Amino acid sequence: MTPEQNSLLRVPHEPGTPKPDPLLVVSGLMRSFGGLVAVDVDHLEIQRGTITSLIGPNGAGKTTLFNLLTGFDKPQHGEWHLDGGRLVGIPAFRVARKGMVRTFQLTKSLARLTVMENMLVAAQDQVGESFWGSLLGHWRSIEAKNTATATAALERFGLAHMADEYAGSLSGGQRKLLEMARALLVEPDVVMLDEPTAGVNPALTQSLLEHIKALRDDGLTVVFIEHDMDVVQEISDWVVCMAQGRVIAEGPPGVVARNPEVIDAYLGAQHGRVD
Amino acid sequence: MDWFKILIDAGRAAAGVPAAAYALSSIGLNLQFGYTGLLNFGHVAFMLVGAYGAALTVEFGGSLWLGIPIGILASLVLGILLGIPTLRLRADYLAIVTIAAGEIIRLVVRSSWADPLTNSVFGVQTFANEFYALNPLPEGLYGIGTFRFDEQRFWVILVAWALVALATLLIWRLTTSPWGRVVRAIREDEDAARSLGKNVFGYKLQSLMIGGAMGAMAGIVLAVDQQNVTPDSYQPLLTFYAFAIVILGGAGTLWGPIIGSVIFWFLFEGMAGFMTGAVAEGWFGSAIESVDIGPIRFVLLGIGLMWLMAFRPQGIFGSREEMLVDDS
Repeated sequence: MTPEQNSLLRVPHEPGTPKPDPLLVVSGLMRSFGGLVAVDVDHLEIQRGTITSLIGPNGAGKTTLFNLLTGFDKPQHGEWHLDGGRLVGIPAFRVARKGMVRTFQLTKSLARLTVMENMLVAAQDQVGESFWGSLLGHWRSIEAKNTATATAALERFGLAHMADEYAGSLSGGQRKLLEMARALLVEPDVVMLDEPTAGVNPALTQSLLEHIKALRDDGLTVVFIEHDMDVVQEISDWVVCMAQGRVIAEGPPGVVARNPEVIDAYLGAQHGRVD
Repeated sequence: MDWFKILIDAGRAAAGVPAAAYALSSIGLNLQFGYTGLLNFGHVAFMLVGAYGAALTVEFGGSLWLGIPIGILASLVLGILLGIPTLRLRADYLAIVTIAAGEIIRLVVRSSWADPLTNSVFGVQTFANEFYALNPLPEGLYGIGTFRFDEQRFWVILVAWALVALATLLIWRLTTSPWGRVVRAIREDEDAARSLGKNVFGYKLQSLMIGGAMGAMAGIVLAVDQQNVTPDSYQPLLTFYAFAIVILGGAGTLWGPIIGSVIFWFLFEGMAGFMTGAVAEGWFGSAIESVDIGPIRFVLLGIGLMWLMAFRPQGIFGSREEMLVDDS
């Protein structure tokens, strides 16, 4: 167990509780669509170097929260800080450059780019990506360096043999792996994975989970949305449960799973009286 | 019917100014549509702005060599003006705004209100003498047999194809660089590009401006060739010529717009020659008369485009494999 995981043992199991070493701090975040309050989070802290699962029934506001934190949507009000830096009002591409990279529920592989091009486009230090840099800059040496990094990442995720295929020709599970490998090339501090195991077969799910654990062991912070409670139990260091836009419970996976409010949220308050 | 003459006339268009100018215009559109995925339905506006920028500068006493940069600059400004409000929105909004902008610009230029500046419907003539004065070619005819151009026309053709070569070189450098990879990523999925730290709006604006400047160059070439600009020659149809050329050649390919333009103009002019000959010999009786030839040409062009989309959507140079990639 890493010291970061260890430090969570002393954290009280209640919504909004402070963490010993938070990387991401959210406060007073509110987003409504017309009359519907999609996200209304009073306070939430994500511990650095751990895997935090975000669970909750459909429509709980998990993906909206992801969209807000990563700059893909704008809240009515609220504050959030990444490693002490304020992220309010910052466009999505800058959020990514500051070290918070997300993936999507519906995988967004760049279908008509090859797997290798998908990887290279994620590298951040390529001068050849600017207009003048592409015409006048010495980008080929950087390209060679990035290709080596990308090859290593593809090998790690078992995609190296597909490097020259179009990303659109990968299977659904392989696309999830590619999206995760690609996110890592941005060299983030925190990765936000939106349902990384949705639609992936059980064997590949296992290998995906091993990859997520390996990311944490490399020092990354992982936040991920997940529906499968078995998966949550297996890999989470901490679980945050949302319902109707609010954080209703927090704690280690075993504790949250037995929390009556969580069970109510998933099954409805009347579940005890079902005949 | 003189088949040989029909072929020569068609070849004249395919090797001459129309094909070169539209190749240039389509190279710009291909950067926007084929590589970046921008639906610019108002490409003709960039051609108009370029041509008028050059012609009006001369009309108001400036040099053509000042006018050409002014025309290009005007197209870059147009790109910014169109791009800023629309490029943050979904792709179809850009299509609606650009097609409307093209018509608005044409109608404003031809209005009597703008007459003091633009000479309204009459436009501007004989503004390119400085260009022809530079012609190094001795007087005479250039070509083989009846496939010949006079020295003035041949000078325009040489310069026009040289510009096509330069534009192709620029596009080749851009699209094979990391810049090109980012714009293709944006074409595939904007949000994915954003999530990887790419300034999607900035790239789309750059693409719109560079492509627009090439459209403006094409407009200048056509205007210099005719020594004439009039607002009503910049109909939305010109944009769709360019789209037809890009799709025919293969969107997102380097050589597609050039070969597409050559084939397009060969068929388009060849068709006119054939129809004229056939009508004159009474092939269609009274069903088709000479006034119908123009419209029928467009009907056949439309059918040709539909056939292409149905049977070879990747165009001549596009890859079928790439076309069939599952992009869900």
